[in-house]
Amino acid sequence: MCLAVPGKILSVVGEDPLERMARVSFGGIVKEVNLAFTPEAVPGNYVIVHVGFALNILDEAEANQVFDYLRQMDELGELQEQAPASP
Amino acid sequence: MKFIDEYRDREGAEGYARAIAQITTRPWTIMEVCGGQTHAIVKFGIDELLPGNITLVHGPGCPVCVTPLELIDKAIEIASKPGVIFCSFGDMLRVPGSKRDLLAVKSTGGDVRMVYSPMDAVKIALENPDREVVFFAVGFETTAPANAMAAFQACQKGIKNFSLLVSHVLVPPAMEAVLSSPQNRVQGFLAAGHVCAVMGYTEYFAIAKKYHVPIVVTGFEPIDILQGIYLCIQQLEKGVAEVENSYARAVQREGNKPAQKMIREVFRVIPRKWRGIGEIPYSGFGLTEKYREFDAETRFGVADYTAEESAECISGLILQGVKKPGDCTAFGKACTPEHPLGATMVSNEGACAAYYRYRR
Repeated sequence: MCLAVPGKILSVVGEDPLERMARVSFGGIVKEVNLAFTPEAVPGNYVIVHVGFALNILDEAEANQVFDYLRQMDELGELQEQAPASP
Repeated sequence: MKFIDEYRDREGAEGYARAIAQITTRPWTIMEVCGGQTHAIVKFGIDELLPGNITLVHGPGCPVCVTPLELIDKAIEIASKPGVIFCSFGDMLRVPGSKRDLLAVKSTGGDVRMVYSPMDAVKIALENPDREVVFFAVGFETTAPANAMAAFQACQKGIKNFSLLVSHVLVPPAMEAVLSSPQNRVQGFLAAGHVCAVMGYTEYFAIAKKYHVPIVVTGFEPIDILQGIYLCIQQLEKGVAEVENSYARAVQREGNKPAQKMIREVFRVIPRKWRGIGEIPYSGFGLTEKYREFDAETRFGVADYTAEESAECISGLILQGVKKPGDCTAFGKACTPEHPLGATMVSNEGACAAYYRYRR
């Protein structure tokens, strides 16, 4: 029910902030999405969409955090394996 | 698709599974709150990647599952009335009421329509001024801004033939209900990412502190879920109980302010009855005084309905993480997705339906 799908804004129409609509591409399938809750969204942004409304703009800078974290753990793990055994 | 495929990467998932195994020294029980996460965990076999002493239990975060029987009966009663166009999200149509479901109303001539967005229902009301159009406003905080917008727009545009049958529930009070139950065995939570996208996560600080449970805001793809589990276990092993955000690409601390403003415009917090759990104080939304005329319960005179749930079904215990679907004698026998006894078997996001589909 709380399924929200990421999509890319292709274009935006409408002046009234509560009725701004975007054409959003979900891997090629294009749907109309209401931007009332993301007034700062512009074409090119990725938004997560739930029941026809954009809930938030996806933060591209944060998007890799889950992988960076894993990489750091991997590096630490390797360091631990290479460290000489304590006496 | 960008922002989906990369979070399903096998190597990354295995990396997190190894990291979890490395830090786990004791048995832990973690609840994922959201039904969407339950579905992903069972579908992708995430629980099977974890060490044997980590137990995932499935929470009450499935609005379809927790909508009480009498509200389904009210929906069926309203949808059966002549002249009514009854609009609902698709997954509510097959939920069994006391006698039948909404699809049965449709098959006997009722005008029941599946909509993708509540705004579709507003549009149907505009196009059919001589009909009463009712929208079944079900959901958690994630769906509340959209449903509130439907009421707001109907009010602004003076659409008199539109109303909402409201069944809105809230996540934090349900987590507190789970934690304060004498049967509770949950030691840490994966908080529902999209609920937090709307509401932020400051509400959880007090819960983490009061019950000493780690709460990790978590996304919905396999690697998101595994990272959430990792961070939760890391806290449990250290003996700390903090709120962490592992879904920062979609969730900010304060949530979405314009969406919260729209919710406050249309809804107020009220007690709500949860299917299988019972009444929880301050656990749902009802319409504010200003929007009272859009309340379908009063418009159609169904406010006083009550109904008793099936004694056979243990979905209430499953929704609280006390039992698992396999513990039920009716599972897969008397109760299947085609003939569900209780709501956890109806919705795709219900734990029983997910186990039936992926684990038999």
